[in-house]
Amino acid sequence: MSDMTDTSGPVLAADGTPLKRSLAKALRRQKLRALMLIAPLLLFILVSFILPIGDMLYRSVENKIVVNTLPRSVEALSGWDADSGELPDEAVFAAMAADLKEAYEARAHTRVGSRLNYEYPGISSVFRKSGRSAGRFDLESGGPWKDVLIDLDDGWADQGVWRTIQTYSPPVTSGYFLNAVDMRVGPDGAEMRPEAERIYMNLLVRTLWMSLLITFSCIVLAYPVAWLLANLPTRQANLLMILVLLPFWTSLLVRTSAWKILLQQQGVINDILVWVGLVDDNARLIIINNQFGTIVAMTHILLPFMILPMYSVMQTIPPSYLRAAKSLGATEWTAFWRVYFPQTIPGIGAGSILVFILAIGYYITPALVGGTKGTFISNQIAFHISTSLNWGLASALGAILLAVVLVLYWAYDKIVGIDNVKLG
Amino acid sequence: MKLVKTLLASSALTVAAGAVSAQDMANELTLVSWGGAYQASQVKAYVEPYLEMHPEVSVTWDESSAEAVAKLRAMNEAGNVTWDLVDAVASDSMRLCDEGLAEELNHDEILAAAPDGTSATEDFGELLVSDCFVPQIVYSTTFGYRTDMVGDTPPSSVCDIFDLETYPGKRALQKRPIDNMEWALYCDGVDKDALYDTLGTDEGVERALAKLDTIKDQVVWWTAGAETPQLLADGEVVMGSTFNGRLFSAIAEQNQPIGMLWDMQSFDLDGWVVPAGLPADRHARVMDFLKFATDTQRLADQAAYISYGPARASSAPLVGLHAELGIEMAPHMPTDPANAGNVHVYDYEWWADNRDDLNAKFEAWLAK
Amino acid sequence: MAKLPPYATTGQRIWHYTFLVICGLIFFFLIAPIAVVIPLSFNSQNFFTFTKEMLSLDPDGYSLKHYRDFFSNPDWQNAMWNSIKIAPVATVISVSLGTLAAIGLSQPHVPARRAIMAILISPMIVPLIISAAGMYFFYSKINLAGTYWGVVLAHAALGIPFVIITVTATLVGFDRSLTRAAANMGADPVTTFFRVQMPLILPGVISGALFAFITSFDEVVVVIFVGSAKQQTLPWQMFTGLREQISPTILAVATILVAVSIVLLTIVELLRRRSERLRGMSPG
Repeated sequence: MSDMTDTSGPVLAADGTPLKRSLAKALRRQKLRALMLIAPLLLFILVSFILPIGDMLYRSVENKIVVNTLPRSVEALSGWDADSGELPDEAVFAAMAADLKEAYEARAHTRVGSRLNYEYPGISSVFRKSGRSAGRFDLESGGPWKDVLIDLDDGWADQGVWRTIQTYSPPVTSGYFLNAVDMRVGPDGAEMRPEAERIYMNLLVRTLWMSLLITFSCIVLAYPVAWLLANLPTRQANLLMILVLLPFWTSLLVRTSAWKILLQQQGVINDILVWVGLVDDNARLIIINNQFGTIVAMTHILLPFMILPMYSVMQTIPPSYLRAAKSLGATEWTAFWRVYFPQTIPGIGAGSILVFILAIGYYITPALVGGTKGTFISNQIAFHISTSLNWGLASALGAILLAVVLVLYWAYDKIVGIDNVKLG
Repeated sequence: MKLVKTLLASSALTVAAGAVSAQDMANELTLVSWGGAYQASQVKAYVEPYLEMHPEVSVTWDESSAEAVAKLRAMNEAGNVTWDLVDAVASDSMRLCDEGLAEELNHDEILAAAPDGTSATEDFGELLVSDCFVPQIVYSTTFGYRTDMVGDTPPSSVCDIFDLETYPGKRALQKRPIDNMEWALYCDGVDKDALYDTLGTDEGVERALAKLDTIKDQVVWWTAGAETPQLLADGEVVMGSTFNGRLFSAIAEQNQPIGMLWDMQSFDLDGWVVPAGLPADRHARVMDFLKFATDTQRLADQAAYISYGPARASSAPLVGLHAELGIEMAPHMPTDPANAGNVHVYDYEWWADNRDDLNAKFEAWLAK
Repeated sequence: MAKLPPYATTGQRIWHYTFLVICGLIFFFLIAPIAVVIPLSFNSQNFFTFTKEMLSLDPDGYSLKHYRDFFSNPDWQNAMWNSIKIAPVATVISVSLGTLAAIGLSQPHVPARRAIMAILISPMIVPLIISAAGMYFFYSKINLAGTYWGVVLAHAALGIPFVIITVTATLVGFDRSLTRAAANMGADPVTTFFRVQMPLILPGVISGALFAFITSFDEVVVVIFVGSAKQQTLPWQMFTGLREQISPTILAVATILVAVSIVLLTIVELLRRRSERLRGMSPG
């Protein structure tokens, strides 16, 4: 820094080096120092956050379990023509017997069974039932393995079982992603699942649609409030601002529990409606455990995220513009719609993208007030992680959700700029 | 008399424990259970007595039994199992055993024999459904109803769930295909022995879902066992399925106007599973605790706090009165002959094969 | 809008008051749910609605029993202590690393600034369930899942974007000639940082810290997946309670948390004003 400020000559710096080089050196040093300051955090985020997400993405395509558990069978099966209408030959069965014995000893047979069961229901019991006896196989003289295996479980006589093993033997699979968009690998390549098994696309559409509704309700509710705050004298505006910031700072769970108490059939709102006489005691409104509950509670929770950016934009719009428009003969409405509103669009845009991004990833609130129809794709991800244990599918769904968010994030960065995010 | 016996039994155990503690035993014990009234019954029946005998031990509870398989799998992948003893339902214990995540146990060697000398294997009998499983209780998923909302003819059959005319109002069902699909088929006229054969076909699944469709608008789906009693108490539903012990505590302990429906209740088991690969000192502690917590007297004691049937045959005659209410517990057990007239035993094997497939169909149906 | 001009027509008057009523209703919508929780937490019954005694302001209708339950129940106490043990440590990590990085980012020439910024802000943008899933799988692999430090690291990562944003905001208006002046007068960079730069960006650092603190203190999704029973925090306990048995103790906890947020909000607001004043005073 000092040698840069000390530089006085047009060509040479004080120490005799050419100014250009000296400046470049200073610049390099500056860059390096900035990077040194950033490096620890960048490293921290990479390890504690980016790597885990990368790991999750990897899981959505990883399929090494089949080839690792059944290496011999996978190799032997590569020569089998699934469309031949015949079962694989004895060599494949012998390879499977050897694989099963080894897998049983490592207790890996049921894992590969459950993996393949996602693609072909029933396979898991074929592996489970055969595993136990496989531990006692005498590989030297126990054959012929075709008969032995089919005798153990007639699933081995099902070509579908072999076809599934063959199809899902590569170490990388698109199976989870296909499942996540309601497709599967059929005999003729990828195809849609039957109508009755399509869930995830509908759920994704529902998640996007409800997030859109929530964003829209936030815009409608935030606009007047932001306008009022921006046009009140500072002192009053600051006081009212507390009413916006308090919910913002209050725990998400506190707000969700509050809504649960308010919206229940025996809850505060229904009680008041019954008491006033608007609703009969036997016909209390059902406003929780459905989409309505989710939308109301989430609108409330996300509203401050809409008000704050709108407010900061509206604050910068001089009130004289409106007065000028009116003095030029515009009606109240024209003045607002043609002069004021266009200037607030950046605020609406910033708030909307922020609210929408936050909304589509919500998990807690839909889980508590959403019932079955008001849940989001996050809830399905959680279900597959902790209950159905299909981690590959959970990761694939997560990857799709992440892609949607990243596109929006990119748009946000283009339109608003990440640096311009303001809090409070 | 009972007190003397308990004292004798526990002093005998203290001696036995003293012998074991020659080798090092860890003093921290992480137990995994379900929370709520059930966990409370475990605390009172054998965790507190055990801690009294071993004041140096401290117990941490993790209420994660619902995610036992997922979490154990993750811990196992990391090679860092933090749990010592896991309470799990039978189907989960089989899964854990198959995947090598649970330790295979030699029941006669590690568990106490019955007071009359019957071996543990014989005492538990056919409830030892897996080599990795030490059963504690027999429970059932059954229905409760609001006595003040069903008129003069309380429901007597599981099919009354589907009868919206006689019993209008919301019903609570568990958000999963298991049990619900079987009940739907049964009430649609399928023979009890043919339930799984029917469910194994696409038409059967459609038939079950079509039956559930008739009440779909009136169903509140629950995921945690405590929800139904709460919904019943609040009058949010007129009837609902849940574990019989939860209903018992709502009826007998909290005096809620709830009645119990014993028909086609689904029988299941719950018990302990030891995670595979525990270090020696923790393993020794777990085995010491497990032997104590599953002996005849302890299992019978547990029944004084919650209405689940003890898994040992030798415990049944010892089931006495409720610890606080002083009422006879036996008639509230799912194993009581009066209650077990028409029961449904669900097929673990079948569900293990078809769970993923039916889950997808069920979820798709729910979302429709 | 603040005041109606004397020449306003009847129509304008009606609209003016209608508008105020609409705004009032929206403010009511914002604050009512939080306000309802507070009186209900003093309910002497185990109900979630206002009882007759409460409405007639009968002292018998009110009691502190839910608070007593909170302070005597070991589960809740445990959860509270876990929260208190986790949040400050996570905050310290986010703040120290975050402040350094924010200063680095505010230097005039930072290569790939946008990309770095995007990465550092990403924990705020990526849906929690995805962060939770990724951390659950990855931390399991490296033996961090179910440990205290696993939760602390996860929470620190989630808090970092807030620190970056607030500290960068105070640095935007920072007058570089101040550091140059200090250097001119012979102060070394470290002294300059602590004596000149730090006091000016301190309000930003503190409000970033409060944001990071509340992020960790309120967080439930990640801790459910990454943590184990030993790290059960207050929000986790509330989540379990809400899903299973809604005991009125939750309302007492909620009220306490509302009080905590009021305190934090007040501090942040005071700091923000102080920061604006300070920067208004600084030359340039």
